[in-house]
Amino acid sequence: MSEIIKVGIADINLVSPPDTIRTTGLGSCVGVILYDDGKRIAGMAHVMLPESALIKSSSINIGKFADTAVNALYDMLIKKGAAAKGIKAKIAGGAQMFQFSSGSEMMRIGPRNVESVKLHLNHLGIPLIASDVGGNSGRTIEFNPLNSQLIIKTVNKGTKII
Amino acid sequence: MDFTKINHIHLDILREIGNIGAGHAATALSTMLNKAVDMKVPSVKVISFEEITEMVGGSENIVASVFLRIVGDAPGCMFFMLPIEQAEKLLGDLLGGEVVQLTEGLHSEMTISALQEVGNILSGSYLTSFSDFTGLSLQPSVPATSIDMAGAILSFGLLEISAVSDFAIVIDTAFTDIKRLDEVKGHFFLLPDPESFAKIFNALGVPMDE
Repeated sequence: MSEIIKVGIADINLVSPPDTIRTTGLGSCVGVILYDDGKRIAGMAHVMLPESALIKSSSINIGKFADTAVNALYDMLIKKGAAAKGIKAKIAGGAQMFQFSSGSEMMRIGPRNVESVKLHLNHLGIPLIASDVGGNSGRTIEFNPLNSQLIIKTVNKGTKII
Repeated sequence: MDFTKINHIHLDILREIGNIGAGHAATALSTMLNKAVDMKVPSVKVISFEEITEMVGGSENIVASVFLRIVGDAPGCMFFMLPIEQAEKLLGDLLGGEVVQLTEGLHSEMTISALQEVGNILSGSYLTSFSDFTGLSLQPSVPATSIDMAGAILSFGLLEISAVSDFAIVIDTAFTDIKRLDEVKGHFFLLPDPESFAKIFNALGVPMDE
């Protein structure tokens, strides 16, 4: 029996076959998947904000921020036995759910999350294999570590696989 | 945001804000639809980000929503949110019995405009009474609409809070058709920014440190 591992908002988790990993209702948040298709292990984070550096809180939820989440996922995969050179990434999300005439920084949070995830993937030398980002639709995503497929569901645009 | 400083008196105050605000909005809705609309006792909860989407039937549940930012003395976010079939019914009634479809890109500009206007009126009346009650100066931003997954929509309202906390205080008021009280028609969510709580409590004479 395979199970679907759930990743909540600002959450982070790992998966290996036959299980799949899923997060629902990504809006401006970005779903980051790091995987080693040789070793067939993967992890997913549901990132809310671009940077943890701006946060004054003493305890930081590592899944919440692009920088901490990408680094933590990478470390978790290495610990699980992934080969550093084999780790790849797929991402989805970063939409602008609401269109406003005034362009405050918070309104641009989706694109900023995407930029930050890409930047931190780049720092770690992780190749971004596929992405489905931007637009103004929410997404539900599910990754299968067996075939490295990411299934993306949206309300109005149906399902696609990257 | 230190939730330990918030006691039951503070929660009662927030509940009263929901009560008065949503009461005015429900009256406005009732007038618009020309039928009785009732509301439930508002619930005030300190909840995790995950739990908030459970309040509207789960993260993937498709809802019609109006969102606006509250600017002024106590900033925050406000949502008026309806299950999709309820929104279709509501807008159909408002547009003179027209059959309205909101999914699959079938909605017209007129429908969205009507949804925006409903949200504008309801959240405006909520906010006005909130402002009157507290004496705080609060203005709504231009409302924006979205028909999408509840999780994707609500998480947008959690961004300000998420920078300082993993929990949010949500003032949720569900409203119902008076004839079928068990059937929830929609929600008003008020999500004050973290720094707004002290201002709200101060304005009402119950500071947070006492």
